[in-house]
Amino acid sequence: MNPIASIGRASLGLLRAIGQVTLFAWRCVLAIISPPWYLRQIGRQLLSIGYFSLPVVGLTAVFTGAALALNIYTGGARFNAESFVPNIVGIGITRELGPVLASLMLAGRVSAAIAAEIGAMKVTEQIDALRTLSTNPFNYLYAPRIIAALIAVPLLVLIADIIGVFGGFAVATQSLGFNGPLYVKNTIDFITGWDVASGLIKAAVFGFIIALMGCYHGHNSGRGAQGVGRATTNAVVSAAILIFAANYMLTSLFV
Amino acid sequence: MSKNPKISISNLHKSFGSKHVLQGVNLNVDAGKSLVVIGGSGTGKSVLLKSILGLLRPDQGSIEIDGTQIIGLPPRKQEKIASKFGMLFQGGALFDSLSIWENVAFRLTHADNMPRKRAKELAIEAMARVNLSKANADLRPAELSGGMQKRVGLARAIVTRPQILFFDEPTTGLDPITADVINRLIREQVTELGATAISITHDMPSARHIGDEIAMIFEGKIIWRGPAQDIDNSQNEYVDQFVKGSATGPINLMAG
Repeated sequence: MNPIASIGRASLGLLRAIGQVTLFAWRCVLAIISPPWYLRQIGRQLLSIGYFSLPVVGLTAVFTGAALALNIYTGGARFNAESFVPNIVGIGITRELGPVLASLMLAGRVSAAIAAEIGAMKVTEQIDALRTLSTNPFNYLYAPRIIAALIAVPLLVLIADIIGVFGGFAVATQSLGFNGPLYVKNTIDFITGWDVASGLIKAAVFGFIIALMGCYHGHNSGRGAQGVGRATTNAVVSAAILIFAANYMLTSLFV
Repeated sequence: MSKNPKISISNLHKSFGSKHVLQGVNLNVDAGKSLVVIGGSGTGKSVLLKSILGLLRPDQGSIEIDGTQIIGLPPRKQEKIASKFGMLFQGGALFDSLSIWENVAFRLTHADNMPRKRAKELAIEAMARVNLSKANADLRPAELSGGMQKRVGLARAIVTRPQILFFDEPTTGLDPITADVINRLIREQVTELGATAISITHDMPSARHIGDEIAMIFEGKIIWRGPAQDIDNSQNEYVDQFVKGSATGPINLMAG
């Protein structure tokens, strides 16, 4: 086998995939900004993506905040900086860990669910049926999911920020001997509006990625159980990688 | 054959990679007539139907509905053309997340923006036309048997009284009695609506029941067409083999 040919084939495949995702994303954006808008579908997706993800996001945030407080305390103790626990937990959760970890959990839960549902709809000809019923699947299926993710993920991250900071607070006050009111005061004084806002902007971008990857891989799902299974896996993996890549780009833009 | 057919297909080609599925299909269907296309698996029946429905874009050829070329139409115009269509899918293709009446009324509520109350009334009327009681209206598709799901699919296809009906393997997977019920319902509805119908099937009792005419597709081309009552005397060895369901003859599947 010619290694250069293999590299060429892989490169062309990658470029083709990027082109396909870009075109798909563009069609989704057009569907989002042009009627018809299916409000009932958007409501359903808000419930599914937002409300039903609360336990996953909340648990992730509380344990992350708690572990972060312990690590910062341990690290800070090496140069007498234990008192920075509330500050660093606050900034770490709002700017980075809240949006990234919550979105990764949502990539697992939401991207997978969207890809599986749309993939199964494709396999059972439900997407063809939509077209024969004069309904564009981009308007009916994909736009509502992306709109819901754009709204729900920042809200979930905001909740994750609060719960994450609370996780740090709980450990700091119960195990590390911090004074409760002082911890809260330090956190509030240190965190700026931009810390929270930049995290929420990231969350909106990650929400778009999460829903887009679920829709794209579901839309391009292969036949049968294996095809749907592969679409689900690809949706989660690609969403996670794109979240990390987008996080780096946004962080370098925001610092 | 009229000079102005409802559906006119000429020289239709469609390939998937190196596989040339449709190899120059020519087919006209007059208004109010029911044509059944028979043929074995993989001969291009479904690709033909999906091309007419606008779900697949042919590589070459022409498809005209009421004299209007439909290949390459922009999505909005394609949706408008699709409003003339009613389609019964092989597996029903019902939306799992919606109730039965919401499935039946889907086009009314989503494409025609009809108020839900009125749409539900029309859906229940359409359900009654295919012998489905009102009691099923709020159930989910998964709660119905295969035959009942087919009837829901049929109700969804006819609810807007479309000019053209398509049936994709309407009796596949059904027991013979349920299949006969579906065939009778299809025939009744096509006649009552005065619709033009194209069905694809490999079920001969179904083809005889539903069709005014039968055409056979083989290797991507129409190789025979005639009145449904002539199917047993087609004078075509391919059709004879297919109708008899014989493994021996010019269609050789034994070689794989």
